[in-house]
This record gives sequence, C-alpha cells and structure tokens, in this order.
Amino acid sequence: MSKFNKKKSGDLPAISTASLPDIVFMLLFFFMVATVMRQNTLMVKNNLPTADQVEKLDKKDLIMYIYAGEPVDRYQGTYGTSAKIQLNDKFADVSEIQDFIYQERASKREEVVPFLTTALKVDGESKMGLISDIKQELRSANALKINYVTKKGDAVENN
Amino acid sequence: MAKRAAPEVNAGSMADIAFLLLIFFLVTTTIETDSGISRKLPPELDENQPPPPVIKERNLFTVIVNSNDELLVEDEVMQLKDLRAAAVAFLDNGAEDCSYCQGAKAENSSTNPTKAIISLVNNRGTSYKRYIAVQNELVAAYNELRDREAQSRFGESFVSMEQRYNDPRTSDRDKERLKPRIEEIRELYPEKLSEAEPQKG
Repeated sequence: MSKFNKKKSGDLPAISTASLPDIVFMLLFFFMVATVMRQNTLMVKNNLPTADQVEKLDKKDLIMYIYAGEPVDRYQGTYGTSAKIQLNDKFADVSEIQDFIYQERASKREEVVPFLTTALKVDGESKMGLISDIKQELRSANALKINYVTKKGDAVENN
Repeated sequence: MAKRAAPEVNAGSMADIAFLLLIFFLVTTTIETDSGISRKLPPELDENQPPPPVIKERNLFTVIVNSNDELLVEDEVMQLKDLRAAAVAFLDNGAEDCSYCQGAKAENSSTNPTKAIISLVNNRGTSYKRYIAVQNELVAAYNELRDREAQSRFGESFVSMEQRYNDPRTSDRDKERLKPRIEEIRELYPEKLSEAEPQKG
C-alpha cells in the first residue's frame, strides 16, 4: 500500500505570484490610455451659467470647444479685462474661429464631420455681443450644431 | 575577488506598487461629461433666397431682452420667473383646430402650436447668463407641453423618451419603437424659436 501513498507529499506547492505585477500593470496601462485627461488650461474666467433643461454631451471626440470670458487675473495685465475668446491654448480673435473650425474638421475622420458639435463654454458675465459675433462666425463656417455648456441648477434663481 | 552570485531581488512587492499606481489613476481621473442646451444655428442667408412667408402677428411671441437684462414680452415688462408660464399659455392657446391644446383659445394669441413662433431678440449688452436663463425657460415651456402630451399618449414623459433614445444601452428594438413616438410629439409641438441678430446700443 505504501507504494500508492508515496505521491501525497503533504504541502501544496506555492502558487507563483510572479505574474501578478504583469496583470496589474496591464490594467494600469489600460486605464492610463483609456482615460482622457485632455483639458485645455483655461486662460479665461469660466463661471458657467446654470440651466436645468440640459442635454448631455457624449462622444467627446466629436466636440470642439470654444471658451470665452474675461482673462484670468494672471493675464489681465497683458490682455486687459475685456472678454476674450480662447481656442485651444491661446487667446484668439473672432476672425480666427473659422480657421479653427476648418482645422478641427480636417483632423477628424470624414464620416464624422457632419456630427461635430461646437460647445461654447462662456463665462456667465460676458456680454451677448461677443457671443453673437462667435455665432456669426460659426454660421459662416457652416458649423451649425452648437451647445451652450452650462452647470446644472435652477436657471431663474441663479441668474 | 570571489565571484558571488547576485542575490535575487524580491519582486513580491511589485504588485503592491502597481496596485497603488492603479488606484491613484482610478481615483484621480474624472470622466466628466459636459451638459448644456443644444441649439441649431440657421444656415447663412442666401442672397437669392425667396423672402420668408408672412407670419401673422398673433402667431408671434416676441421676447426682448435689453442691456439691463430686463425682459419685454409681447410689449409688456415681465419677470423671468413668469416667462415659462406665459410661453406655455401662448403655445398651447390653440384657437383654431387643435384638438390636443388645453389653452384659453384667446383671440389675440397663437392659432395653433405648429404655427406659433417664439422670437427672441437680444441686445449686445445683455449678459450671457440672462440669455441662457431665457433660453432655458423657453425650452422648458416646450418640454412641459411635450411632456404632457407624451404622458397622456404613451404614459412616459418626452424628456425621458428622448433620454432613452439617446442612451447607447437602449436596444435597437426599443429605439425603433421610440423614434416614431418622439417624432409624433415633436410634430405636435415643433420647437420654433427664432433669434434675431442682437441690436446695438
């Protein structure tokens, strides 16, 4: 009988954990790649107005952002305090919007171009004059889908 | 110089370090989605375009916002909080052949929701947040009426139908079912919001 018992040598062999780091690194890389952190550094004040009849803006890759508002304190010395437009990471003039739209369009795949939306992130204190100038430029560039980005909240009381 | 075998580095704690990094990235990255009021701009005017059709005065609901953020609605000063109710009353008036309207059927208000147009005029000095608030109230008026109609016809509010329709998790069969319903409601209360170019001064 002892012939058969021989193989039961007691302890379980330890499971090798050497590949555990590899698995975890794989997860880590996945999350590092999948999460988009691209957020332009804001050079304008951006206290968005509130509204409650809002729609969500999904599909981040189909959105072009235009920021506008007063320059933040750091830039007020150089650029003054009147409201300005920010495209990508620079202050821009109204006339540069069309070029910006064409550039963004060119960087996207052709089949998604009709679905591009322009998101306007404008400070609540700005004047409508600037915004209608922007809208006029967008119309000339034929970028007709726009979205006024807002915070969630009651529109009547907060504004 | 005796040749010594290099001692093996203990890699057991490597997993801990990696986990630490993983948790750091999981916590710090916020996948925030923006939300806002979607609008469609009118295409640029063609020079040889036919002139727009004449609109009856009673079918036009004019909202004027001046540079002091004050509202003038149908030639009367109005507070922002009353705007939604006024817009609903105008859209839902239904003086002529509108079986689903529940309005007062007044002589001087809109004839039919499909003909009613809201016209918004801004001043260049109007503040953006006031503009958004006005837009919000007008959209809310449309949504209120659409919700009411959707609720009585399909037992679900229009906003939630739209949300489900846009949700990628909704199955294709559901979407197929939702689409005609949404279009039906949209036809009952079409969103006709016209914006004039802002006035100067």
